[in-house]
Amino acid sequence: MVTETPLEAEVRRLAGSVPDPELPVLTLEELGVLRDVQVQGPGRVTVHLTPTYTGCPAVETMSADIERVLHEHGVPEVSVVTVLAPAWSTDDISDEGRRKLAAFGVAPPRPNRGPDGPVPVTLSVRCPHCGSTDTELLSRFSSTACKALRRCVDCREPFDHFKEL
Amino acid sequence: MTAALALGDDALVLSHRLGEWAGHAPVLEEEVALANIALDLLGQARTLLSSVGDEDELAFLREERSFRNVQLVEQPNGDFAHTIARQLYFSVYQHLLYGRLAAGEGQFAALAAKAVKEVAYHRDHAEQWVLRLGDGTAESHERMQRGLDALWRYTGELFEPVEGLDLDRQTLGDDWLAAVTSVVRRATLTLPTGPQSGGWAAGAGRQGLHTEPFGRMLAEMQHLHRSHPGASW
Repeated sequence: MVTETPLEAEVRRLAGSVPDPELPVLTLEELGVLRDVQVQGPGRVTVHLTPTYTGCPAVETMSADIERVLHEHGVPEVSVVTVLAPAWSTDDISDEGRRKLAAFGVAPPRPNRGPDGPVPVTLSVRCPHCGSTDTELLSRFSSTACKALRRCVDCREPFDHFKEL
Repeated sequence: MTAALALGDDALVLSHRLGEWAGHAPVLEEEVALANIALDLLGQARTLLSSVGDEDELAFLREERSFRNVQLVEQPNGDFAHTIARQLYFSVYQHLLYGRLAAGEGQFAALAAKAVKEVAYHRDHAEQWVLRLGDGTAESHERMQRGLDALWRYTGELFEPVEGLDLDRQTLGDDWLAAVTSVVRRATLTLPTGPQSGGWAAGAGRQGLHTEPFGRMLAEMQHLHRSHPGASW
């Protein structure tokens, strides 16, 4: 990253600004799935993308969207490569991404790696509607692979929780 | 090649079986859960099969005898408890296997490091259901026990050597047995006692020998692709 040129930074900004196809409030940059951008030559760019889940069907749409945006900005040759390692984690979602998720009605993931210390801290999942921390798990699986279904005990509303990975 | 096919076929076949629950699951949440687990497995299968050839050709144009999946994953869904028994046996195995592969530096390390986190949820899902059904009503207890008993004979094959997978299969088997035993006991169920592979052909899926229901499953899975070669959405 220390060798990133101004052109690469601009391409990265463009690719990173593409919205997630399933959670359009988040950009790919905020989701943390954009791994690397390399300018291979004049008009030739390679973008490294990592899937949230191995079977995530949104990856193909993300790749097509990145290609389209870069084409529109004058990059004729765009190659999007999927990389698996290091594995994506919900810790890769930015703070701004977490804020947007909550505003959208999806409880953001709790940190996997808490502050350094011997005792792991388990935080409760906060209801994105009323803010109550008294919520219960309905199902570990929900509308997409990355979410769990919960219900707020106080306001009784069900909600999606971006589950920790 | 052999190992990628073995692991890829396990994931592909179980994914298809779980997908058969769509529209039939006992409650909506389970419909969604089983479909999500199937999707995770399909992602693994695509990565593994693409590493050794064309994923569509491998999935849709191979004959039954060319598939290298264990027979456990091809077993029909049965009732919900039967499916959960299959999920328990397989997800505990896969979680332990991927954990080991992720810790190494072999060709499967990257996929395993990613998939092991997903499979942890599959395993948790199966364990929670075994506890609820086993320690539930007399009916659910009986059905859960029946599922565990019926599939036990297919579990030995999980620990057979696979060419290209450098693993200590003995400790993998020991860890699996300890984990399954713990869940089964907490669920007030009884660990099956019979042999873990049958006298006939049980335990030969890795050699391409499959049980009768697998042929019917493949016919359904492959017929669209074979009827309309090269078609796309």
